[in-house]
Amino acid sequence: MNPLEILIEYWPRLLDGALMTLKLTFLGALIAGLVSPGFALIRAHATPLVQAPLRLYVSFMRGTPILAQLFLIFYGSGQFRPELEELGLWTFFRDPFNCALLAFALNSTAYQTEILRGGIMGVPQGEIEAARAIGMSRLKTLRRVVFPHAYRIAWPALGNEVILLMKASALASVVTVFDVMGRTRQVFSRTFDFSIYLWAALIYLCITAAFVLIWRRVERRLSRHIEPHGTPRAAAPTLKGSQA
Amino acid sequence: MFELLSYGDAGWGDEILRGLAITVQLAIVTLPVGLCLGFLAAFASLSRFGPLRALGFGYTTVMRGLPEILTLFVVYNGAGLLLSAVLRWWNPEAPPTDFSPFVAGVVALGMVFGAFAGEVLRGAFNSLDKGQVEAGRAIGMTDGQIFRRIQLPQLWRFALPGLGNLWINMLKDTALVSVIALDDLMRMTKVAVGVTKQPFTFYLLACLIYWTMCVLSELVLARMERRANRGIRRA
Repeated sequence: MNPLEILIEYWPRLLDGALMTLKLTFLGALIAGLVSPGFALIRAHATPLVQAPLRLYVSFMRGTPILAQLFLIFYGSGQFRPELEELGLWTFFRDPFNCALLAFALNSTAYQTEILRGGIMGVPQGEIEAARAIGMSRLKTLRRVVFPHAYRIAWPALGNEVILLMKASALASVVTVFDVMGRTRQVFSRTFDFSIYLWAALIYLCITAAFVLIWRRVERRLSRHIEPHGTPRAAAPTLKGSQA
Repeated sequence: MFELLSYGDAGWGDEILRGLAITVQLAIVTLPVGLCLGFLAAFASLSRFGPLRALGFGYTTVMRGLPEILTLFVVYNGAGLLLSAVLRWWNPEAPPTDFSPFVAGVVALGMVFGAFAGEVLRGAFNSLDKGQVEAGRAIGMTDGQIFRRIQLPQLWRFALPGLGNLWINMLKDTALVSVIALDDLMRMTKVAVGVTKQPFTFYLLACLIYWTMCVLSELVLARMERRANRGIRRA
């Protein structure tokens, strides 16, 4: 069959897979995005002893393959089946989608925490002192001064992290989640037609491209008070190790 | 639990170490392949020749946007199909052959490494002092000499942090080859799990081994960076 016939025959599956990929990526990034600000604050300000467990967690998540983390959660939970059944958690761990989501959220939390910590530490001390001087409470300073600026600094690196997460979500296919990669492997094992891989590649590239455009638009909006539209802006300071 | 990890017939220590050896071999063989591709990509994107520049840009952009596991399957299955087709054209009765998973792993991981390394090296080239190139030209050095004697020694210093990150990423990505049936650390762990029914213990062990390798790499890289920056005054 030629590539177009393959696409016409199998596009519903690929679309289904693309929705699954988006769902995994979006939910994973969202959960990590909700947890990471708290962790980042601890990493930026708490005493070394309080930070220690968090540092260990981040180091572990960055130092091991996501595939191994996924297997540790999905297959590893089987070793504690009786205990998990007692707690009523076994139905959660039996589902590959849940395990994949948990693995990706845990992994992304570690990366987002480090990125956001860089952002928080990049907020000029003067801004915080100024907030203090006009009588803002600690909480209000965080909400109105520190986090808005920290997110603006961290935004490009956070975007990179979401793209990495989207790429990593293809690993879910290994534990039988039918995302783009899973559907593609399924179709290939049936047809042995190579062009299905090219269509999958195109889907991933389109998702990335669309995401980059949206992310840039939000970035412009986040810094709309700084410079007018259309003028080139200096890139935000890159964080060492944000890619690792 | 310790007899599970011991050497010999009863334990899985030797099998897992064999897997680890494959993982390390794969990473070490991939590194020069990826670095060469990275240099080619960097030269292409810095070239004065438009189509070559487009090629470099296309390669780095596409490769960085695709999931590593997809690249691996494209290389593994694609090269397998290609190889079979070529063999059949040469000898119609040839049985369908499989591409070696090790070679597929080296090619796929090398291509991914090369795409990211291309960007790192391009950035490093651009941060070199332009005046030095002009000075080299002024005293009559050829382009090759300028590259070898002026640019390359300094390139290392700028590119090392980025390349170090890529090495660690690649080390972790080697785990993917277990999916195409190469007997690396991850796959030997899976085999051990299949027999012992102790998934958590063994996957945790695999994680700890990868973690150790990454932490060791970080230590060595920090040392290499210090060495590369000796004699440079800190700003």
